[in-house]
Amino acid sequence: MPRTLFDKIWDAHVVRSIEGGQDVLYIDRHLIHEVTSPQAFDELAARDLGLFRPSQIIATADHNVPTLNQHLPIEEPLSRSQVDKLTENCQKYGIELYGLGHQRQGIVHVIGPELGLTQPGLTMVCGDSHTSTHGAFGAVAFGIGTSQVAQVMASQCLLLSRPKRMRISVEGELRPGVTAKDIILYIISQLGTGGATGHFVEYAGSAIRALSMEGRMTICNMSIEMGARGGLIAPDATTFAYVQGRPFAPQGEAWDAALGYWQTLYTEEGATFDTEYTYQAADIAPMITYGTNPGMGIPITGHVPSEVPTTEAESFDKSLKYMGLQRGESLLGKQIDYVFIGSCTNSRIEDLRTVAAYVQGKRKAGHVEAIIVPGSKQVEQQAIAEGIDKVLAAAGFELREPGCSACLAMNEDKIPAGKYCVATSNRNFEGRQGPGSRTLLASPLVAAITAVQGRIVDITEYLN
Amino acid sequence: MERFQTLHSPAVPLPLENIDTDQIIPARFLKATTREGFGDNLFRDWRYNPDNSPKPEFALNNPRYSGQVLVAGKNFGCGSSREHAAWALYDYGFRVVISSYFADIFRGNALNTGLLPLQVSDETLGRLLAAIHENPALELVVDLPSQTLAVPAWGETFSFAIDPYKKECLINGYDDIDFLVNQKPAIEAFEKQRAWVW
Repeated sequence: MPRTLFDKIWDAHVVRSIEGGQDVLYIDRHLIHEVTSPQAFDELAARDLGLFRPSQIIATADHNVPTLNQHLPIEEPLSRSQVDKLTENCQKYGIELYGLGHQRQGIVHVIGPELGLTQPGLTMVCGDSHTSTHGAFGAVAFGIGTSQVAQVMASQCLLLSRPKRMRISVEGELRPGVTAKDIILYIISQLGTGGATGHFVEYAGSAIRALSMEGRMTICNMSIEMGARGGLIAPDATTFAYVQGRPFAPQGEAWDAALGYWQTLYTEEGATFDTEYTYQAADIAPMITYGTNPGMGIPITGHVPSEVPTTEAESFDKSLKYMGLQRGESLLGKQIDYVFIGSCTNSRIEDLRTVAAYVQGKRKAGHVEAIIVPGSKQVEQQAIAEGIDKVLAAAGFELREPGCSACLAMNEDKIPAGKYCVATSNRNFEGRQGPGSRTLLASPLVAAITAVQGRIVDITEYLN
Repeated sequence: MERFQTLHSPAVPLPLENIDTDQIIPARFLKATTREGFGDNLFRDWRYNPDNSPKPEFALNNPRYSGQVLVAGKNFGCGSSREHAAWALYDYGFRVVISSYFADIFRGNALNTGLLPLQVSDETLGRLLAAIHENPALELVVDLPSQTLAVPAWGETFSFAIDPYKKECLINGYDDIDFLVNQKPAIEAFEKQRAWVW
């Protein structure tokens, strides 16, 4: 029977199935960070259990780290203690740690791919919902809770029910100014914030295949924002070219063997999905969100909806009140206070290049604070090597050191209450960027243009 | 994990949709390295003003409402995978969350914490929210062995679905670690034929 890409990978990792329909699923790689791992280590210690396969765990410090003066001890005591705890646990159990000060440190979903740890056909987990990012390489990658982190540490396996399959195809060519971020914001606006719950999504179609690996990662990253268990894209020549030569990529004969296997990873003709959607790339405009979940997105020239179903009205109006917006309002002309370019969604070198290419020779608006947080030390170094740091500085953008930063505001990087921030991150939830902060999600290109103009504009009139 | 069998309790209503885990427990409270104490900051920014005074209109601050059951709008627990959300609800004292739809990761985290995510139809959810609003003392009876939610005042009983393995775990207070650790011989055998890792 023809199988989907997802089923091929899942089937290959089932150790055994148990009564009632759950599978014992083997996990190839386990990524951990400081926030969702300490209680898992404690759980194992309390049960006197060791780590089953510590060599398959990779750790980094990202959620809590400052983005200024990383060479100094972390000032905030709770953050410091959490990061120290990670270091302690990694030393105790022999786990490879790319901590602060390490040249490979960075956001967990940025460093996995850039080190070549993320490869087609693998199962990968992390105590972080944006683990779906790694699906861009044709891996089955998904976020888990801390109890599951402990389970993987103890057994390298999880007990899971197989999700349903969904395929979302985007066909044709994108219009000028429309990027991967706009594709995914568009899809989420169509399906809603719970529209893919229970499903693993395969993204397909000519517009997806035409994307770079960075673009594909942006798409897969936000799968969780429509409730999906994960998202993935069949590996192809673009994928293989990206992986080849990276520190943990197979080499020589192993590379040839890997490639032979990876080329079998695609959805076969006639395989069935529980749900399928097809969109036309030409229908997608530069997007922005107006509300407090990522499904509340509109074309940047559009209007906040005037009508919503009665059952949703209370939540909808609460959201607009929080954002200081009205039903039916256009966002064009709205003054913006902050621009945040960063997060596991959009902090890769391609994103920084996009911003630098636009702002070269321009200057941000005086009232806007524009912060760029690279996804990793490697991205930061690459940006410096390419002179991007100088372009950004000349345009009045502040280039920080790597971390999750103002995406979730666990560190000092917060947007003040009531202020508007155009952010390239993944969530516009109430308070996500700091208590009372008002987030409008958009692409790096939209963010760059907004920083220069100081207000929301129809970006297609401002393209270089 | 504590055992769960039967619960008789009034409920606290939260008639909002898409309640994300950032609302349940904001990220700035995730810096603890233990599981305890998150209940104090449950729904922090909905529950308290910036000066830490309680917001009287919020359900958890409303003396009319009490109980170990939270009844919330659809797509509860979306967003971040933080298990701290389930810990915060549990630490506060909730043992059941009723909604018409749960986000996948939250559902799993809740079950691993000993908190029962109980899914009902949109219609039943709407009726429950309206009835609790009318009569905050309305008693709900959740019985896990028979997989039923009863509303004695209505003379009605609704059945709910739960994975049979997770049901046994919750009734007996077991978790997945014990089960998985016992699978080691099979896992080691599996590793020997794992051909795709280079």
